[in-house]
Amino acid sequence: MASSREIRNKIKSIKNTQKITRAMEMVAASKMRKAQDRMKKARPYGEKIRNVAAHMSKASVEYRHPFLIDRNSVKRVGIIVVTSDKGLCGGLNTNVLRRALNEIRVWGAEGEQIEVCCIGNKGLGFMSRLGVRVISQVTGLGDAPNMEKLIGAVKVVLDAYTDDHFDRVYIFYNRFVNTMKQIPVMEQLLPLTDEHMRDDGNEAKPARAPWDYIYEPEAKPVIDDIMIRYIEALVYQAVAENMASEQSARMVAMKAASDNAGNLIDELTLIYNKSRQAAITKELSEIVGGAAAV
Amino acid sequence: MGTIFHLDIVSAEESIYSGPAEFIVAPAVMGEVGIYPQHTPMLTRIKSGVVRVKAPLQDDEEIYVSGGMLEVQPDVVTILADTAVRGQDLDEAKALEAKRKAEEIMKNKTSDIEYARAQAELIEATAQLAAIRKLRKRRH
Repeated sequence: MASSREIRNKIKSIKNTQKITRAMEMVAASKMRKAQDRMKKARPYGEKIRNVAAHMSKASVEYRHPFLIDRNSVKRVGIIVVTSDKGLCGGLNTNVLRRALNEIRVWGAEGEQIEVCCIGNKGLGFMSRLGVRVISQVTGLGDAPNMEKLIGAVKVVLDAYTDDHFDRVYIFYNRFVNTMKQIPVMEQLLPLTDEHMRDDGNEAKPARAPWDYIYEPEAKPVIDDIMIRYIEALVYQAVAENMASEQSARMVAMKAASDNAGNLIDELTLIYNKSRQAAITKELSEIVGGAAAV
Repeated sequence: MGTIFHLDIVSAEESIYSGPAEFIVAPAVMGEVGIYPQHTPMLTRIKSGVVRVKAPLQDDEEIYVSGGMLEVQPDVVTILADTAVRGQDLDEAKALEAKRKAEEIMKNKTSDIEYARAQAELIEATAQLAAIRKLRKRRH
């Protein structure tokens, strides 16, 4: 049996670990609330811009944006992988990266080339270890998704699509369902699917004869701008969801760690007490034995 | 119907204004535009500036937007405000930056991989040495 001193040291060290995990749990809980808030606040923009895009697709425009045109042959696929910057959040990143890896294998088997844009440190590390070509990346986003930081990385992907370098673009991230549940999802970003171009139907639209907008200054730049902002809004929304997922996953993981530490401490305390008692009993019996011999 | 329209001003980070309005003035790129209900559909970029909103039974409200897009439908007006400062060159610079960083990491990663491989080899070699030493001791 281990000496009581060893056990006592072990208990002490586990107690320290438990203090840390408990603190992290509380930090994650407060950050989670803010992250969920931000995620909800980002929704109206996504909805409105989808409505605008939907109206635009109904209008009889002579210019069709490349983002809307489906390409028959798919040779190169671009993917955007959204992960967290930091670890200690359970299986969150592993899940989304495994989902991505599965798809990459399938595409690889079909002879498609894959290039990736990484948002978040964990995905970046994984992808470069995997040997997939990383064309752009953003890390160090902090606690709030920042449009300013995302623009560059997204533009690299969009430009590649416009230049026919990519034929499809997908995004992988964790969708926030509730505090206990986050699911890794894959969504097609480009070309925009019909689902992306449907308005929410809340606004009564008169079925008029073919109509078009007045564009200022011209149709093409205005439509281009809207489309780019639309994709950016989708990516932004994904990042916001992933951040809310990250914080709640971390909170759950840290709670589990604190609980486990508590169990371990209980068990070790029991062993410690037993060994202490055994030592006392042994000493007593030695004294009694010695006295009997005299 | 006909005297008011629904106005939404949203940015990626939050919803700034949502409610009825009688009249608004927005700083479009080609000059300021005033919009009354039943305006013909219009799409335009707006510059950074102040959007003046006249809500029914209320005083004018002034909302600052840092550029964005304006969509006008007869009964609905939407302003998609930018949160970031935008510009063709600025976006280009950001894209280049993101690209450069990725390339840098790809380059560094190879050295990292080599380092990891060297480390693994070193561990293996020391383990072999230790095993040999043990064998020798047993023989003596």
